[in-house]
Amino acid sequence: MRQFIIRRLLISIIVLLGVSMMLYALVRSMPSDYVTLATATNPKVTPEMKEELRKIYGLDKSIPEGYVNWLGSAVKGEFGVSLKFNRPVTQIISEYAPITFTVAFIALVLELLIAIPLGILAARKQYTKTDYIITTLVFIGISMPTFFFAALLKKWFGPAGLNWFPAYGLLQARVIYNGFSFAKLLDYAQHLVLPISMWVVTGVGSMLRYTRTNMLEVLNADYIRTARAKGVSEHNVVYSHGFRNTLITLVTLLGSSLPGLFSGAAITEGLFALEGLGNIALTASHQADVPYLMGFNMLLAVLTIIGYLISDILYAAVDPRVRLS
Amino acid sequence: MDEKYQDSLKKDAMDASEFSGEVEDVAAKQLFMTPGQIVARQFFRNRLAIVGLVILVIAILFCVVGPFLSPYSETEMFYLGADGQEVPKDVPNYSARISESGARLNKRAEPDSVHLLGTTELGHDMFTRLMYGGRVSLMVGFIVVFVELLLGVTLGGIAGYYGGWIDTIIMRLVEIFNSIPFIPLMLIISSVMINLKIPEGNKIYYTMVIMGVLYWAGVARLVRGQILSLREMEYMQAAEAGGIRGSRKIMRHLIPNVMPQIIVMATMDLGGVILTESTMSYLGIGTSAMFASWGNMVQAVTSDVIMRNAPYLWIPPGLAILFVVLAFNFVGDGLRDAFDPKMKR
Repeated sequence: MRQFIIRRLLISIIVLLGVSMMLYALVRSMPSDYVTLATATNPKVTPEMKEELRKIYGLDKSIPEGYVNWLGSAVKGEFGVSLKFNRPVTQIISEYAPITFTVAFIALVLELLIAIPLGILAARKQYTKTDYIITTLVFIGISMPTFFFAALLKKWFGPAGLNWFPAYGLLQARVIYNGFSFAKLLDYAQHLVLPISMWVVTGVGSMLRYTRTNMLEVLNADYIRTARAKGVSEHNVVYSHGFRNTLITLVTLLGSSLPGLFSGAAITEGLFALEGLGNIALTASHQADVPYLMGFNMLLAVLTIIGYLISDILYAAVDPRVRLS
Repeated sequence: MDEKYQDSLKKDAMDASEFSGEVEDVAAKQLFMTPGQIVARQFFRNRLAIVGLVILVIAILFCVVGPFLSPYSETEMFYLGADGQEVPKDVPNYSARISESGARLNKRAEPDSVHLLGTTELGHDMFTRLMYGGRVSLMVGFIVVFVELLLGVTLGGIAGYYGGWIDTIIMRLVEIFNSIPFIPLMLIISSVMINLKIPEGNKIYYTMVIMGVLYWAGVARLVRGQILSLREMEYMQAAEAGGIRGSRKIMRHLIPNVMPQIIVMATMDLGGVILTESTMSYLGIGTSAMFASWGNMVQAVTSDVIMRNAPYLWIPPGLAILFVVLAFNFVGDGLRDAFDPKMKR
């Protein structure tokens, strides 16, 4: 087992190197680098000054040379200073990550609370009306374009429609809160209703399908028939004998949904104007902010790889055959 | 035991013949079906899959045949005359009428019998744009899936069949491609394309190829996994003994056996790609606004006036995306159940 984990870790490092190389090459081939963009409106800036600025920002080096420099400091945990925000990338990420993570985490918990009971129900009543209704709703959720659903929510429940919830931002702009208060929390909650509903509706489907498929497989297994033949109550058959085995695969699914908590944010945050990592990444990519983009995308890549690693290790822990290959 | 059973069968048949008055030919009554027919029968028993198929046929007719029947073109603009009525295209003094004072662009017109879904912000006919937009969405779906299958099946097949260091390299590549966040990457690529001065009209083709290249990893992983287990089957030993070439073994003996899974994945991916492309178009990094696509048509909703007062400009393309993606998912799910012998109803 230890050897397995070490081998997986070594492979992960190689994969991360590959990802960072590809990302750096792409980010650096973006159009009109930051210096050109930032000085475009200032006629007093001479080409010599631009050269000087490029040297300061480290944009004068060729792509391979720049990559080696970037890698050298990234290994030490220094991701440079964001060109757009003029602050260290790590500082920006640690400031805005809690917002992104909290929103995503609440959504994930709600998804699980909906997906597991309904998935089990659909599996128990396979091919009945209940199953058909759940399956249809699930597929509608999976197939729903996020931006379209966000627009519908804003139209119906936002200021343009019933005016139940605000459609943009995290807090009311006009109110000033001193420190932490219940009113502030309520304000946050109101602003998060629409983004989180969008997230849950469009995301719950795959998890529900997964639960249903696994549950079906388990419920058709021989040991379930044995349990029934013994006279175990239906509730116990489904929950203690059946669901316990579905849970193992669900845990591995959770491992791989870790990166989704952050990467899905780019669109949700953009649609509802939430100040989070994803929204900043959208602005940064319009501004050719190389250090921030590298920092953010590498964070996602690291999370993806950790997710794979966790699910692989959990899988190996459950299924000894995986360890041998 | 067996003889007894045979006897009882005969007795049953005789009883039946006494009852109906003639001896039935059991063999003639037996239903023989090819594997394909069994799959088809399973598929058509699934109501959701049929709904999906019907939606797809309607959507393809609407997008492929529709534009030929529409009286308007994709980029045709409509004007209101000084009297506030739309100027018909066939009046002799058309150019004079649309340039007289008081004449203006017929934008955001409400749906009526002339413009079934109204007109857009730029005075185009919405219903016609919807047809052309669908063409783009469907074409993107098919081409991206074609590219991803080409790469994924080839590389996955090679990795699964040859194993060893080739497998290691290909699978590490798969992991690298899987670890790159997709939407941020497409944002970067779209600005790189602006940098390379690729003409607006051609951008969509580059986008399709890039998406295919980014999506192949999933297919490769699936094909490799299946081939790893198929490789150990006895019929592959027979193929080995026959002394045929490696490439032929992969293409003739291994890939056809992975076909059901590939077809299911391709169908589901068609929906997924259309969804992703529409998201990209919505963000302004897919199809350029000059050409209609369902994604960039929904983008009209970012204007507050349109969101409040002109739902006919953004709800139809949004629903079109939803229905087409839903249809591909229904069909894919139906195919998966139909191919799976364990899922007998």
